[in-house]
Amino acid sequence: MIEFSNVTKTYKAGNKAIRRLNIQIADGEFVFIVGRSGSGKSTLLKMLLKEVEPTSGCILVGGQNLQKMPKRAVPRYRRSLGMVFQDFRLLKDRNVYENIAFAQRVIGVPTRKIRENVPAMLQLVGLSAKYKFYPQQLSGGEQQRVAIARALINRPEVLLADEPTGNLDRQNADDIMWLLEQINAMGTTVIVVTHSQEIVDSMQKRVITMDKGMVVSDKRGGEIYEIQHAIVSGKE
Amino acid sequence: MKNICRNSLFSLASVATISACIFLFCLFFSVIANVRNIAGLAETTIGITVFFDEDMTEEEILALGDEISGRPEVREMNYISAAQAWENFKTEYFSGMEELAEGFADDNPLAASASYEIFLTDISSQDEMVSYLQGLDGVRKVNYSKDVAAGFSGFNRLAGLLSVAIIGILLAVSVFLISNTIHVAAAFRKTENQIMRLIGATNFMIRAPFVVEGTVLGLAGALIPLGVIYFLYRQAAAYAGEHFFPAAGGLGSILKLLPIEQIFPVMAAVSLALGVGIGFFVSFFTIRKHLKV
Repeated sequence: MIEFSNVTKTYKAGNKAIRRLNIQIADGEFVFIVGRSGSGKSTLLKMLLKEVEPTSGCILVGGQNLQKMPKRAVPRYRRSLGMVFQDFRLLKDRNVYENIAFAQRVIGVPTRKIRENVPAMLQLVGLSAKYKFYPQQLSGGEQQRVAIARALINRPEVLLADEPTGNLDRQNADDIMWLLEQINAMGTTVIVVTHSQEIVDSMQKRVITMDKGMVVSDKRGGEIYEIQHAIVSGKE
Repeated sequence: MKNICRNSLFSLASVATISACIFLFCLFFSVIANVRNIAGLAETTIGITVFFDEDMTEEEILALGDEISGRPEVREMNYISAAQAWENFKTEYFSGMEELAEGFADDNPLAASASYEIFLTDISSQDEMVSYLQGLDGVRKVNYSKDVAAGFSGFNRLAGLLSVAIIGILLAVSVFLISNTIHVAAAFRKTENQIMRLIGATNFMIRAPFVVEGTVLGLAGALIPLGVIYFLYRQAAAYAGEHFFPAAGGLGSILKLLPIEQIFPVMAAVSLALGVGIGFFVSFFTIRKHLKV
């Protein structure tokens, strides 16, 4: 369970990125977070990753209060999350296999185990034949699949995807969303931040809409699921 | 290794500076070790000779000798009686022509030349000892080599100061260059570090490759000059032994370069510690600035 309670984030310049945010995401859910640029979507993901600390409020992930988490516990916490970026963030000097294995090496998984896990993950994302390819030899969709494989190899409980289809054409975007749906079906909680209304409409999943740092609607399968805040211009 | 090659110019500059620094250290270490060795030999072979007034009896000289030998500066003291002095003189100057010395058979020409030969524990205290001896009643003459003592102490001090200054400057340059190399490496690997952090790598895991890189640079910077110094010193010692020191005559027994095997273990240990230490600590502290939980 992921829970944001009255979370506010104000950056140093006085810019309020998040205003009294209240969200609950159950284990195994698939959630889209949508909104315009500057609506606070990325800040929300960064707070979940513990890259950014909230100014006030409380964030609970799997029962752990992120504000009370000591620094030394952060790496272990992050291993329970997987992260996928719009720009893939693959290591250009390593091939597909090495990019995926890298995530396991970082946390000290033995080489023997890596040799078992990486091929299985390559099969899941459909890139078994291209394990020796370098990122620049792959299409955008394939690169994103490598990024997803890397995010999943350590079996995270939650997968966070920040605009995963932002750099892809419609066909590749659909493939990636199908893959994320499969991953969600295996029990992983998936949170996708996106601009694409087409993708959101086609998936019929829970959709949280944000504007000016607040949740303005929370819908599931096209129905209004819950409205937490109304937009009050100029007020919180 | 991949990272070192990626910033090959910076890596080369770092290795070259550490090498220069350690090469100079080795050079000064060799010089100081040899000067110390020669000074030590001088202390055992170059002594002070004290002659006494002609009217002093042997008992009085021996009594004065007891007083002198009680001084802390004195390591060893030998009494050379007038008869012994004549014997030594004869052996040295009338060798093969003993009949010429027979003319002095009953009349020791060195009758008033009883003396003490004094060896000091530290040659730098020679001036002080000479002043003391010259101030004693009954002392006629004090023979000593002022230049040798002053030369050794002065050269030792100068070489020490010069080496500290040059090594200090080079150390500062090495620290700056290694730090720069690690900064550039960290900038090159910004994405990699960011990914590592987001997938749960600890600071130790992110820092380790940089520290290894710094340590390897330091190690290479130490091994290269050690190899060069080993070769050069051995050649120089052999060449000097053959060409220079025999010409130094009596001083030849003192003026000898120490064998490389005698100075190399300590020199290598200090150089390796210096190179690896600089590489390790500079990279460790430099990369700290790039770490963020």
